[in-house]
Amino acid sequence: MIIRRLGSNLLPARPSAWRLFAALFAAAVMIPLSIILLSFTKPAGDVWRHLSQTLLTDLIINTLKLAIGVGTVTAILGVSLAWLTAVCEFPGRKFFTWSLFLPLAFPTYVLAFVFLGMLDYSSPLQILLRQHSLPTLSGFRSSWGVIFVMSLSLYPYVYLLARDAFSTQGKRALEAAQSLGHTKTEGFFKVALPMARPWIAGGLMLVLMEVLADFGAVSIFNYDTFTTAIYKAWFGFFSLAAAAQLSSILVVFALIILGIENSLRSRMQFTSMGRDAFRKERLHLGGAMKVFAVSYAFLILFVSFVVPVIQLILWTTASFRYEFSSRYFDFLGHSLVLGIITAAIICLLALILSYAGRHHPDILSSILTRICTMGYALPGTVLAIGIFIPVAAADGFLADAAGALLNVEPGPVLQGTIFVMVAAYIVRFMAPGFNSIDSSMRRITRSIDESARTLGSKGLPMLYRIHLPILKGGLFSAAALVFVDVMKEMPITLMTRPFGWDTLAVKIFELTSEGEWERAALPALTLILVGIIPVALLTRQADD
Amino acid sequence: MTGKYIAMLIMVAIVTLGVIPSTFADEVVVYSARKEHLIKPLFDLYAKETGTKVRYITGNAGVLMQRIKAEGSRTRADILLTVDAGNLWHAADEGLFQPVKSRVLEKNIPSHLRDPDNRWFGLSVRARTIAYNTDRVSPEELSTYENLGSPKWKGRLVLRTSKKVYNQSLTAMLIVEHGLSKTEEIIRSWVHNLSTEPFSSDTKVLESIAAGQGDVGIINTYYFGRLMNKKPGLPLALFWPDQDGNGVHVNISGAGVTTHARHRDEAIKLLEWLSAPAAQTIFADSNMEYPVHNDAKLHSIVKSWGSFRENFINVSRSGELQAEAIKLMDRAGYR
Repeated sequence: MIIRRLGSNLLPARPSAWRLFAALFAAAVMIPLSIILLSFTKPAGDVWRHLSQTLLTDLIINTLKLAIGVGTVTAILGVSLAWLTAVCEFPGRKFFTWSLFLPLAFPTYVLAFVFLGMLDYSSPLQILLRQHSLPTLSGFRSSWGVIFVMSLSLYPYVYLLARDAFSTQGKRALEAAQSLGHTKTEGFFKVALPMARPWIAGGLMLVLMEVLADFGAVSIFNYDTFTTAIYKAWFGFFSLAAAAQLSSILVVFALIILGIENSLRSRMQFTSMGRDAFRKERLHLGGAMKVFAVSYAFLILFVSFVVPVIQLILWTTASFRYEFSSRYFDFLGHSLVLGIITAAIICLLALILSYAGRHHPDILSSILTRICTMGYALPGTVLAIGIFIPVAAADGFLADAAGALLNVEPGPVLQGTIFVMVAAYIVRFMAPGFNSIDSSMRRITRSIDESARTLGSKGLPMLYRIHLPILKGGLFSAAALVFVDVMKEMPITLMTRPFGWDTLAVKIFELTSEGEWERAALPALTLILVGIIPVALLTRQADD
Repeated sequence: MTGKYIAMLIMVAIVTLGVIPSTFADEVVVYSARKEHLIKPLFDLYAKETGTKVRYITGNAGVLMQRIKAEGSRTRADILLTVDAGNLWHAADEGLFQPVKSRVLEKNIPSHLRDPDNRWFGLSVRARTIAYNTDRVSPEELSTYENLGSPKWKGRLVLRTSKKVYNQSLTAMLIVEHGLSKTEEIIRSWVHNLSTEPFSSDTKVLESIAAGQGDVGIINTYYFGRLMNKKPGLPLALFWPDQDGNGVHVNISGAGVTTHARHRDEAIKLLEWLSAPAAQTIFADSNMEYPVHNDAKLHSIVKSWGSFRENFINVSRSGELQAEAIKLMDRAGYR
């Protein structure tokens, strides 16, 4: 019955099943979020007072420094590289198009300990430089170092989305500007760039959310941010209330970012898939620009991927003998399974959310969407507890019911199962999944729908034959991004995993927290090699 | 109608699945903050000797405690095995442990290394002591922890972050010995003497001293052992401070039986086994720590570091004063 109703309601006036699902999902997401926010009401007095007196200003300053620093650098890197590979032609363009995505496979915390291991005072490189009285790098273990590492790790998000914009509109915008008498440079800054702004904003949103939520990299640098303060409040002071209050501030930051991004995004032009028209006509770069483009792209690739991988390989070969065991196949298997399951579920849910937003383009939809994607800005540890508590309550309810009905005392049913882990992942990683799918969804204009209907196709068949091919790119991107994110995820996994469900990320954490960076290179390298596969698939979609 | 029956069937299935695991009697479940490679060999040995299987999950101490707390009476954990007396104290304070009266444990473990109320028991000892660069410092220049704040060490001190619980416990012990205001002075003087921002790990502290970025630092002995094992040529050595005073600051890794343990007796048996000399040697050796049992043999490398007077204040005070210690360090600007 519902299926038939869907068919006739594709351009509905009243609430559809889509909206119902979206609302239910948003409600489910609100549970951990509200638990976190409600903790604000519990008196944390002493701890909160102490934190606000000694640390809060520094935390805010540090967080702002990171947000502005990483935001700026990733914007510059992402946009420039996207323009070069999407619109221009230069030697090696095809190679750079997909290889510049590779840093996506690198967890930020891995990049952090690799660079620290290479560039800190006591690293072999610096010792060598000092021995030969060569100039050394000092002060890497500071905000600059963190910004450097995070930017190299996160620019692919902006790169991905900016490419999306430029490959469909870039050349056209330039031509339009040129026909009005502007130079190419003016055309870029006056027309192409502003037109791509919603996409760039989308990419920056993902970047800033990652910056807010990061815990691994800032811990390794011993850089104080909200996440480290939350950790200290929770596990140092054992004050869940103070931790929750700090988390609420993070949530506010996240809402602000989401708000800004949303307002920029609403100005996104819905264009049709006119890619083929100018696939062959690229902007050929001459002489000096050509050299610059190749060197620039190569430099970024080299620093953000090649050098760290080489360092990891060196460390792995040194520690392989005593670190590797058959359990590594288990770790790998667990990482893969969790990634695939979560990616599949998120794609499905994101589709539903996106359709709901499409059929009801109103404020309620944007609120629901905002709620569902907010999890990306929350540190994993915080989200884990937010999910833990209702699950524990649900378990308690089930156990009481079982006790009453069957007179048994069961162990925890939901707790300590992958149900909790996957639920946390879904709340945490909905944003990248949704963004990709929603961007694709917006390409399906009303006129496509109406044409399809006049040709007799409607309901689910229309979904299959018309929508899905257009959405394929977005679905692929979403699945790949989520898969890689889940594989890299560490705090939630650490906190909620069932017995024997260690993943590669867990192993990396265990080893780095003991200062065993060389041993951590093995699981890190494995993680990256596996992560390259979905990233490569992702780039096939993005390629022209 | 059928829908309702199916739903009920599913519920029953889920609940049954929940019942089954808890009926395995011959096993003990451990939530461990000690890493897997340190506990697995020991637990495998225990299973071989006694036939009781040990199931475990590893994690971060604070995270594990919050998990046990959230799981409440339905927790699967029988034992919480963790590092640092501060963590153990907090677990007891949160009501996660139950008191255990065991003559074996009382005999094997010295009283300052276990809870006065018998809720948790130390199983290995680590010393947090001074390490120095042998090329630039001679042992005669060193004396106490507090002395590291004197002007002669300006720009030469290297420390690990105050966020690590080991430093919190060290500060807590200083508070017990010197009181709040004097300790704050001491910490401030340390911060004043730092040669670089605090590191996130003891190993990095040691490497920094070896590279000459600093000359002295405070670390746990086993990190020293591990590093020297890997890179024997480094110009590093240990110094035992305060031998004429209170002695070297020590801390423990230890465990307790959880309040809602399902396998209480097996848990106590496991703890008693771990406190006996044979297991003690393995437990301590695996990480170059010191056993709690006075008769257990030392790792040869550990023995080569020499003997020292240890601080006999009950380690539980680290936990009692942890919050104060953290606040103090924050006020003093020790990151």
